Amino acid sequence: MDGDARVIVDTLWVVIAACLVFFMNAGFAMLETGLCQAKNAVNVLAKNFVVFAVSSIAFWVVGFGLMYGDGNGFAGLTGWFLHGADNSPATGEAYTGIFSALNWTGVPLDAKFFFQLVFAGTAATIVSGAVAERIKFISFIVFSFVLVAVIYPVGGHWAWGGGWLAQLSTPFADFAGSTVVHSIGGWAALTGALILGPRLGKYGKDGSIRPVPGHNMSLATLGTLILWLGWFGFNPGSTMAADAAMITKVALNTNMAAAAGCLLATATSWIVLKKPDLSMILNGTLAGLVAITAGCNAVGLASAVIIGAVAGVLVVVAVIVIDQKAKIDDPVGAISVHLVNGVWGTLAVGLFASEGGLFLGGGVARTVSQIIGIAAIGALVGAVSSAVWLLLKLTLGIRVSEEEEFEGLDTGEHGMEAYPSPLPPPFEAAPAATTGNAMLEAQPRAANG
Amino acid sequence: MKKIESIIRPHLLDAVKNALQEIGVVGLTVTEVKGFGRQKGHTETYRGSEYKIDFLPKVKIEVVIPEEMLDLAIDAIQKTARTGKFGDGKIFVLPVEEVVRIRTGERGELAL
Ligand SMILES: Nc1ncnc2c1ncn2[C@@H]1O[C@H](COP(=O)(O)OP(=O)(O)OP(=O)(O)O)[C@@H](O)[C@H]1O
Ligand SMILES: [Mg+2]
Repeated sequence: MDGDARVIVDTLWVVIAACLVFFMNAGFAMLETGLCQAKNAVNVLAKNFVVFAVSSIAFWVVGFGLMYGDGNGFAGLTGWFLHGADNSPATGEAYTGIFSALNWTGVPLDAKFFFQLVFAGTAATIVSGAVAERIKFISFIVFSFVLVAVIYPVGGHWAWGGGWLAQLSTPFADFAGSTVVHSIGGWAALTGALILGPRLGKYGKDGSIRPVPGHNMSLATLGTLILWLGWFGFNPGSTMAADAAMITKVALNTNMAAAAGCLLATATSWIVLKKPDLSMILNGTLAGLVAITAGCNAVGLASAVIIGAVAGVLVVVAVIVIDQKAKIDDPVGAISVHLVNGVWGTLAVGLFASEGGLFLGGGVARTVSQIIGIAAIGALVGAVSSAVWLLLKLTLGIRVSEEEEFEGLDTGEHGMEAYPSPLPPPFEAAPAATTGNAMLEAQPRAANG
Repeated sequence: MKKIESIIRPHLLDAVKNALQEIGVVGLTVTEVKGFGRQKGHTETYRGSEYKIDFLPKVKIEVVIPEEMLDLAIDAIQKTARTGKFGDGKIFVLPVEEVVRIRTGERGELAL
């Protein structure tokens, strides 16, 4: 293929993959709405909808520059508003510009930005589920902005932007973002859920635990299927090149891990909880997807199945431990899916990588680098997002009033309901006594009951 | 005149309605209700925690009939609403003092 055609094909692939990842916003929205109560549906939908708009602006203004602009080992220091020298799609030695960390992919800068943006948006949307049904809308918006403008890009710079984790003698490996996207979102979700506290009545003073069933399992299921589809952009797209062998390998690894996660979560909940809980089946599928995200390019098919299977078991155990032992209220299981399995999937690269994996005789070097990356990014995001949540708590406030939480955030935050009862017809429209009677008499009897 | 209020399983509403129509009932009112009997609801699980459903969905049928139709109607309801399992419901019978048909002004049994 000549150079121009190569650029066109790679760009098409990157943009199509980005569109699939964009569509994951719909998946997250449906999943979270379904697993929350009807009285909060408008609020959940609004959060999931605006979060991508917030991310788009935040990532453009500073996020992308902090993540991929040339700088030091800890942060990018140029490229605000996507400004600066750049001769993409030139690659490697031929590249001159300020986004050197992305000089390996031969697509225009705008394609690089668009693809990275939908990833940043995903990290932000993960937080939404864990803080659902009690967070103030405005505080969620502000937190999302800070997450995508600063927290995600700095962590991302360390791993993907040529930062210190990428410069380790055995570089930290996270192909599509088990850590960079999912754990970062997961750590932010965990700190948010902790600082907010549980939903009212979720944990009784006597130690009792009150489950809060989701109001629409059909939406939750649809949302999860959309996410599964979106992952075929998320992982295979991270090649950022139409590399036939690699994108198909990654797609297949991704699918098999999801399948294994789904089945093992089904089995685990069947055995441990006596019945195969659908919400666990959905979480298990996502857990498999999150876990394979880091290593989908680096492991064989059988390893992908094992990684997904472990994820399916882990997620069910994590949901139960987090909900019932730690008493951290996470309505959709975001922490169990994205944080626990983001960590597992990142670690699994060290264990299962075809080249250098511990279990494949490659020694411990890769595993050590993975652990360093997991811990460093965990510490960064845990500390900074805790600080941001606490600052918001002291200023705007992060929690709606008890009264509002009881009535539902739909009326409290938005003044509307997702499922309003039908209004009675306006008074003027009712037939006046005399003419109304005549009309009724004229109709066939059956119509009047 | 008597009013029969019966609480039945929602899925048997059609069968009960048909049985009542067959014995000559000309009108009835149906409401979706919730309630509990001696077993006091049941438990479900969600993500590993059990919770109690205190009130189960039922349907309430209200029908006002002439006194002489009472036994026939009770019989019709009991036969069609019964499955033999817990939660089949109840039939309550109440006296009715007066009925007015709003359109015509008729009163008493004529108004039924
Ligand atoms: N004493 C009552 N007063 C008002 N409603 C009642 C009464 N008993 C039952 N109901 C209504 O009838 C529904 C069905 O009751 P149910 O058949 O379970 O009664 P039960 O006494 O428990 O009989 P069974 O042992 O057959 O279940 C209840 O959900 C409730 O709505
Ligand atoms: Mg009963």
